[in-house]
Amino acid sequence: MDLNLQELNATEFPVPAELESNIAITSLSQLYNWGRRNSMWPMLFGLACCAIEMIATASSRFDFSRFGFEVMRATPRQADLMIVSGTVTKKMVVPIVRLYNQMPEPKYVLAMGACASGGGPFKEGYNVVSGMDKYLPVDVYVPGCPPTPQALLYGMIALQRKIDGQSIANGDDVPWYGAGSAEPTPVPVLGPDIIDPRQMDMIRRQAERAAQEMTALGTRELPAAMQLAPAKTAASTAAPAEAAPANGNALAYELPTGGTPWTEAEDIREKRRLRALARKALRASRRASAEEE
Amino acid sequence: MPTAAPAAPLTNTSIEGAIDHLKASYPDAISADDREGYGGIIVDSAQLLDIARVIRDELGFDYLSSATAVDYLGAGDHMEMVYHAYRSSGGGTLVFKAQTDRDNAEIPSLVSVWRGADFQEREAWDLYGIRFPGHPNLKRILMWEGFHGHPMRKDWREAYYEEELKPFDSRWPGGHVHRAEEKNVFGKNVSYPREIDLSRLMDTSETAVYQSLGLGVDVERVMDKDGFETNELVVNMGPHHPSTHGVFRMVLTVDGETVTSLEPVMGYLHRNHEKIGERNTYLHNIPFTDRLDYISSMGNNHGYVLAVEQLLSLGRRYNEPTYRCEALRVMMVELSRIVNHLWAIGFWLNDIGAFFTPVLYFIQERERILDFFEAVAGSRMMCNYMRFGGLFADLPERLKSVSNLTNDRVRDYNTMQFLTEMVSERIPRTIDELEQLLTQNEILIERSVGVGVLSAEDAINYSAAGPLLRGSGVPYDIRRADPYSIYEELDFDVAVEDAGDMYARYRVRVKELRESVRILRQILPRLEATKGQSIWADGKPGAYAPRVPLGEAYGRVENGKGELGYYIVSAGGRSGTANPWRYHVRAPSFINLTPMGIMSKGYKVADIVGILGSIDIVLGETDR
Repeated sequence: MDLNLQELNATEFPVPAELESNIAITSLSQLYNWGRRNSMWPMLFGLACCAIEMIATASSRFDFSRFGFEVMRATPRQADLMIVSGTVTKKMVVPIVRLYNQMPEPKYVLAMGACASGGGPFKEGYNVVSGMDKYLPVDVYVPGCPPTPQALLYGMIALQRKIDGQSIANGDDVPWYGAGSAEPTPVPVLGPDIIDPRQMDMIRRQAERAAQEMTALGTRELPAAMQLAPAKTAASTAAPAEAAPANGNALAYELPTGGTPWTEAEDIREKRRLRALARKALRASRRASAEEE
Repeated sequence: MPTAAPAAPLTNTSIEGAIDHLKASYPDAISADDREGYGGIIVDSAQLLDIARVIRDELGFDYLSSATAVDYLGAGDHMEMVYHAYRSSGGGTLVFKAQTDRDNAEIPSLVSVWRGADFQEREAWDLYGIRFPGHPNLKRILMWEGFHGHPMRKDWREAYYEEELKPFDSRWPGGHVHRAEEKNVFGKNVSYPREIDLSRLMDTSETAVYQSLGLGVDVERVMDKDGFETNELVVNMGPHHPSTHGVFRMVLTVDGETVTSLEPVMGYLHRNHEKIGERNTYLHNIPFTDRLDYISSMGNNHGYVLAVEQLLSLGRRYNEPTYRCEALRVMMVELSRIVNHLWAIGFWLNDIGAFFTPVLYFIQERERILDFFEAVAGSRMMCNYMRFGGLFADLPERLKSVSNLTNDRVRDYNTMQFLTEMVSERIPRTIDELEQLLTQNEILIERSVGVGVLSAEDAINYSAAGPLLRGSGVPYDIRRADPYSIYEELDFDVAVEDAGDMYARYRVRVKELRESVRILRQILPRLEATKGQSIWADGKPGAYAPRVPLGEAYGRVENGKGELGYYIVSAGGRSGTANPWRYHVRAPSFINLTPMGIMSKGYKVADIVGILGSIDIVLGETDR
């Protein structure tokens, strides 16, 4: 990329007109960031559907090399940017955190697409992590399912803008520049479900309480202000308080109502049918009253 | 001991004839499945293995397409394994089922009859907790060893569980939405069993993988055939590896450079497609099918729509899709196939060393086809285009760019003109160019001829599908073997090659590219002829939430990667239901990996990525 001196010259020191194309007086942060933003190497690392659009973005029609994302590196040790391109599953988040820890500072994470940003269409899945930011710090989120190559490029340029605003003088902006070694992100453990080591104490406390009170582990009542549909949340989060399971291996989520999914599905259908009938009756009565008028 | 009747010669080769033959041989063990809307037979699981052998050897159903489990909790309280078998010479399906108790679910393994049942039975064990005595390697496949419970069971609830069926009451019609994390104490999508023992917590998922190879991670000293001491060691490839086409992982043991065994490890993209699909309404699932094989979303739509239409046709209020609709579907699917094969060949070339140069040429054509998809369906990759009995939209008069971006040339073409140019000029030119540069290329031939060989018998027995099957000399293409849509009247040949190696699969894909162009050439006049005809039978779009009658259906199509099947059970409610009870995807990428182990044995490490590339997998479909 051509060095645009006028653009780089950000101080108030006047440069004589005849030297303007030869000399720039700038701050160290700005020069440093200018170098970093234009040589961001993404990691060659695809997760799901978004990876295909990422490849399209790298290929000739869109070509992110034009913006300084020069070349993708397959090893994390040569990469500056992790593009989390797709659904992050519990099984996959373990290697992802390991890869992140292997990337040298300064490093950035771009969450590409709905899944990496917050779970996306697969959020409710039992093996799906609701967004990369549950485990790693994310710098830029790109919405879309999948985002078009243009959207990804926009996200990458947004990341460059973020880098432009960082200052070496500020330790919060650039923690890697300070003294001491950076702490690696703790790698999650695949136990009965995925366990974030940072939550170990919390899980232990919850487990103790659940064992004493024989309540389910992991669900809770919403604060009153958030209970938008009270009847529903009460039904779905109610703990199966009655009777310890006879089977020692029984898990914490027996059906609260005692019904089976089959009968519950039938109940839901019946409810919907009645509601449809009620709506029909309401419409009929409105029509009748309108005709009377 | 069950006594089979003396093998009477099979006179009637139809499905009914086969069932009659079975009934005559095993009168006690076989009963017709007479539930409303169901078909096939129910086999006594004690004699399943014998009967399966008869089905394969005497009746000639040598190809086990799909084996999957259904949990009938609340409707008989049993587990059921459903098998779909075909003859590799073509024809309809023989459906047979075996039932077992939910608490101690156990069904004899059919791996000794059809090796293709291997991964599918492991999946049933993983997700449904059915044990398969006789299975050589019964361990979890999609989730990790140590995960609590079997998540596809109907009484297993995910951490973010809200309600049995969508649309959820909390969202519709009121439109209230909360963040699911708020309801979970840990703020994450996790739920732990009540008696979790944190003091003895260990990540056993990795050791389980290595143990199954019969090896520790240590280097073992072995002698090679010439008496030299070599080291046999375990090499791990993936899930982060540039040549595994996504988050796929292989654990191989190598003796020097030579692979002695290979174990595919998957589940890194298991995003619970089926569990979510069973909460969804039928219509909800169409965009989810896009994300299975995300290279060819149109083909995924087609298979699913066909399966649901099979069920809908049992009811009263169903109109068949119009001719124009069928022609458009076939056109979209064939364009997807072209995209898929170009992508597959391009990335296979990446794997064997032609790094990214060829693929860039193929991506050019792909971009043009994707532009067309975007203009018609509204999205480049995830088209969400087909509907039950119709389509999302007819072709527009002109193709215009949806977004008017400065770095994107504004598109404005006449649609038919664009298609004609694509089909008669651009795509054939690309294929010619591809063939000219590659087919006789010495390096390519050196690398791929005689590598990754799969024999025809193995291909059938391992339930391989698509170019993998046809590259092994089995001319089995569902478009011909069991025609659907309007393929019967179209003129095209089934691409087949006999060698069974990487090069043969490449040749099959190139031939199929040409056949797809040939089909498209026949489709375009049909589109001209039906201009003005509606894409919906009665001229207006179908219901938002169609009531699907009771029953089961298996819809299958020949997708770019092989046989894509959807097994759907609709249950509950006399007037039909808007949500499926069971929604299973028979994924070609998943089942085509079953022979990966035998295909790789004896070849060099450097060939492994090429062999994987020649199978052509997409992880969205492998792991679902």
